[in-house]
Amino acid sequence: MDYAVLKFIWWVLIGVLMIGFAIMDGYDLGTANLLPFMSKNNEERRIMINAVAPHWDGNQVWFITAGGALFAAWPLVYGTAFSGFYWAMLLVLFALMGRPLAFEYRAKVSPKYQKICDTALFFSGIVPSLVFGVAFGNLFQGFGFDLDYTMRSTFTQGFFSLLNPFALLCGLVSVAMLTMQGASWQNMRSGAPIQKRAAKTAKLFALITIATFALAGLWVSNLPGFEVVGNIDISGAANPLNKTVEVAGPGVWLANYSRYPLMILAPAMGFLGAIGVFFLAGKSNQGLTFFCSSATQAGVIMTAGFSLFPFVMPSSLNPNVSLTLWDSVSSELTLDIMTVVAAIYVPLIIGYTTWCVYKMWGRMTAQHLQKNSHSLY
Amino acid sequence: MISDAVVELSRFQFAMTALYHFLFVPLTLGMSLLLAIMETVYVVTGKQIYKDMTRFWGKLFGINFALGVATGLTMEFEFGTNWSMFSYYAGDAFGVTLAMEALMAFFMESTFVGMFFFGWDRLSKKAHLTCTWLMAIGTNLSAMWILVGNAWMQNPVGAEFNFETMRMEITSFAEMFLNPVAQVKFLHTVSAGYTTGAMFVLGISAWYLLKGRDTEFARRSFTVAASFGLAVILSTAMLGDESGYELGEVDHVQQMKLATIEAEWETEDAPAAFTAFTLPSQEEQENHLSVKIPYLMGLIATRSLDTQVSGIKDLVEGNVERITRGIDSYVMLQKLKHGEDTPENREAFKGMVDDLGYGLLLTRYTDDIANATPEMVRQAAEDTVPTVWPLFFGFRIMVACGALMVLLLGLSFFKSLRGTEMNSKWFLRLCFLAIPLPFIACEMGWFVAEFGRQPWTISGVLPTYLSASSKTTTDLWLSIAGFAIFYTIFIIIEMYLMTKYARKGPSSLQTGRYHFEQEVRPQLS
Ligand code: HDD
Ligand code: HEM
Ligand code: HEM
Repeated sequence: MDYAVLKFIWWVLIGVLMIGFAIMDGYDLGTANLLPFMSKNNEERRIMINAVAPHWDGNQVWFITAGGALFAAWPLVYGTAFSGFYWAMLLVLFALMGRPLAFEYRAKVSPKYQKICDTALFFSGIVPSLVFGVAFGNLFQGFGFDLDYTMRSTFTQGFFSLLNPFALLCGLVSVAMLTMQGASWQNMRSGAPIQKRAAKTAKLFALITIATFALAGLWVSNLPGFEVVGNIDISGAANPLNKTVEVAGPGVWLANYSRYPLMILAPAMGFLGAIGVFFLAGKSNQGLTFFCSSATQAGVIMTAGFSLFPFVMPSSLNPNVSLTLWDSVSSELTLDIMTVVAAIYVPLIIGYTTWCVYKMWGRMTAQHLQKNSHSLY
Repeated sequence: MISDAVVELSRFQFAMTALYHFLFVPLTLGMSLLLAIMETVYVVTGKQIYKDMTRFWGKLFGINFALGVATGLTMEFEFGTNWSMFSYYAGDAFGVTLAMEALMAFFMESTFVGMFFFGWDRLSKKAHLTCTWLMAIGTNLSAMWILVGNAWMQNPVGAEFNFETMRMEITSFAEMFLNPVAQVKFLHTVSAGYTTGAMFVLGISAWYLLKGRDTEFARRSFTVAASFGLAVILSTAMLGDESGYELGEVDHVQQMKLATIEAEWETEDAPAAFTAFTLPSQEEQENHLSVKIPYLMGLIATRSLDTQVSGIKDLVEGNVERITRGIDSYVMLQKLKHGEDTPENREAFKGMVDDLGYGLLLTRYTDDIANATPEMVRQAAEDTVPTVWPLFFGFRIMVACGALMVLLLGLSFFKSLRGTEMNSKWFLRLCFLAIPLPFIACEMGWFVAEFGRQPWTISGVLPTYLSASSKTTTDLWLSIAGFAIFYTIFIIIEMYLMTKYARKGPSSLQTGRYHFEQEVRPQLS
């Protein structure tokens, strides 16, 4: 295959992994976000937790795989982003570390410590949901890094400047949509009291998602954006130092939508999904609600990716070294190998995950919980 | 310039988090296989007690597994956060192993671990057994991929430097995958994991026997652990010997590791002696109070009586030459990067690129490598010798633990064959007290393998000094403190739960069949 085509395929695949993460791990992150608010007592919390219990660990691997694929396919992005967002990353890490422990140990400790587990679970949901959105928000404004000719990255931007208003708004979009995902899952898989509350919550967060997503769109159209001057050699060896980039006035980030009108489907999908959730939640078709919510996850993430295209990580410090999907990728052979492996394994993974979800299907009810109390979380 | 302090702290942080991750990994590796074996016996014989065994040991497995996952996340992030230069330089090759690990192994392991715990009532016996096996296989595949990655850092085959992109790029994936170092590393490490699982089950079962509780349950567990354990400890020891042999074969960096493990300053005539004990002195470059066993070293390292094992001083001399050639290589790279990208220069660079890494060792002493002084070259060559005493003793501790476990597991096996494992209390007590041995051996093993690779992250290619991210010492102190706090809390909780559930024993399954439930219901056996 042509090198340029492979580069493009990996841009799509990284997107697929992020969407996979948001759809799958999104429902347990969302559940964690809702844990303190949607339950009145320990039994209700256990229902919520056990509705995701058999799957959360497998779901988390979408996240790990996105990390691994970033490392292999876009090593420069992996290194620059992870070391640049050092404290944001560690924050996510510390929050996520609590999750396996809280899930696995909760049923094994006394009630006092169960409270701590619940708090840990809440943070393990809210911190990553917020930080991922904030990180995307910062990508649109460019991140303060530079590269020397050996590709060593240096940074001028500290942690607190990441928390600017636009980035925080993007953080809200992300929290809202992942919480909606969690609520839609609970709506589909939990018993009576939780299910009713989940339906209402899903509606509420569908509205918040629509509002924040629209606001972020308006805001982006007023932000300065990045633009490559002249042409990039898209089939050439990957080296981000060989191009010129300029920062141009408002509207640049939306230019792709007039260049490739079909891209408009992404934000449309984001909105329509959430609208679907709003009207369907509470009706009997909970499966369709969950599907709509998943469509929103995909739509929003694609919108971000399409708007930035071909950028992946723009630099506000030295725009010329901005990372794009054409020049911060691995070699052709590496992409070749990885494409073959992904083509075999991604369908396989989706296949056995589906089998597992199918086998564990059914509502987590209070009766079921009481009957199997000692073997559940 | 990069500060030495940042590099040292990054190393410390990585070592601390990796060694911590590896407290849980071997037990997961060993237990997942043992669980699959126990459940297979259950499905084949239909005996309830084997199901109870699978479920009870599964509970302890779960407590350990959670921490394995939590600390594994750290490792996955850490290459990017703290070793961004390494991530860029190696990502094209090394990153692939991580991506493969996630796609082929972690998904399988983590998806089916959920089925293992929650699928008992939902799946048929056979389907559940299949899930357990898939979990165990996933775990082992994960070890395989990460060790292919680690082996590539020890012996970077199947990749070469590309000056246009300034990084290592894959030339042959097959060569990388079939790396001889990866093969011995994988076999030695997973065997070490199986040994850990076996010693764990053995020790805790011995404790129940000592207390006279749940004897039937404990004896069966003891037998499974002893027979499996004896097989795997023998293969661990044999494959460890193979690892030593491979080190002597591979390249200068690994030969240096071998020489430091043996504290061999001077090249000795074949066959070399094995030093059982000594006090190595780095400054004087010699040993004190040595106890030597003739011939043994030569046998381990080269399997022959007539090949020399190179000593540290000679290897340093060799490195002086390579660093000198590395300067030329570096100068040529500068030409290529800064305007003299001609076909002749490309050709010339190709011939000298193998020494580039050695030239880069000088970056620690000067920015102007082209004009490095002979003193700098000498200093950089001295740097290629890792500190000897920790390697010398670390290795011997691992081997001593191994020898003790061979004895213990051998005895256990014969006793359980003859049904006499209950007869001597001191023996059961010993089995229980031996639980830490495999953990100590594993930690020492990794320490030797990684510390012995210094000053390189990728042997002969990328110095550790250049690999770290551009962070500040404040960043690093704070993150190290964060890890220290979280990890300390975690280990306390883990040890508490492990002890709590191990004490309860199979009664924790609430089947009504075991010790602490006897007042409630009579035993059905
Ligand atoms: C020889 C085996 C071995 C070695 C050297 C490592 N690991 Fe590990 N890792 C495992 C063997 C393992 C495992 C047995 O598969 C674990 C341990 C316990 C567990 O839950 O799975 C695991 C878990 C685990 C997880 C969580 C997976 C999940 O959610 O299921 C991640 C992300 C990593 N590891 C990553 C790493 C990285 C980046 C390493 C390199 C420094 C590393 N591990 C060294
Ligand atoms: C889990 C098992 C592992 C353990 C216990 C372990 C142990 C260590 C130790 C003790 C160090 C510090 C050496 C020193 O700086 O003196 C280290 C460094 C390092 N190891 Fe490992 N290691 C493990 C697995 C791996 C794997 C699988 C990789 C790569 C695939 C790896 C990559 C590194 C890197 C990049 C460093 C930092 C740079 C350096 O100091 O060399 N380690 N590790
Ligand atoms: C009894 C004789 C043993 C010998 C001769 C031996 C030899 C070795 C050698 C030479 C290495 C370094 C390999 C390298 O640097 O690439 C190593 C590493 C290691 N050893 Fe051992 N070992 C023995 C026993 C054990 C035991 C009993 C365990 C644990 C139960 C163990 C666990 C490890 C681990 C985890 C590593 C690091 C991974 C690796 O590099 O393969 N070893 N061993």
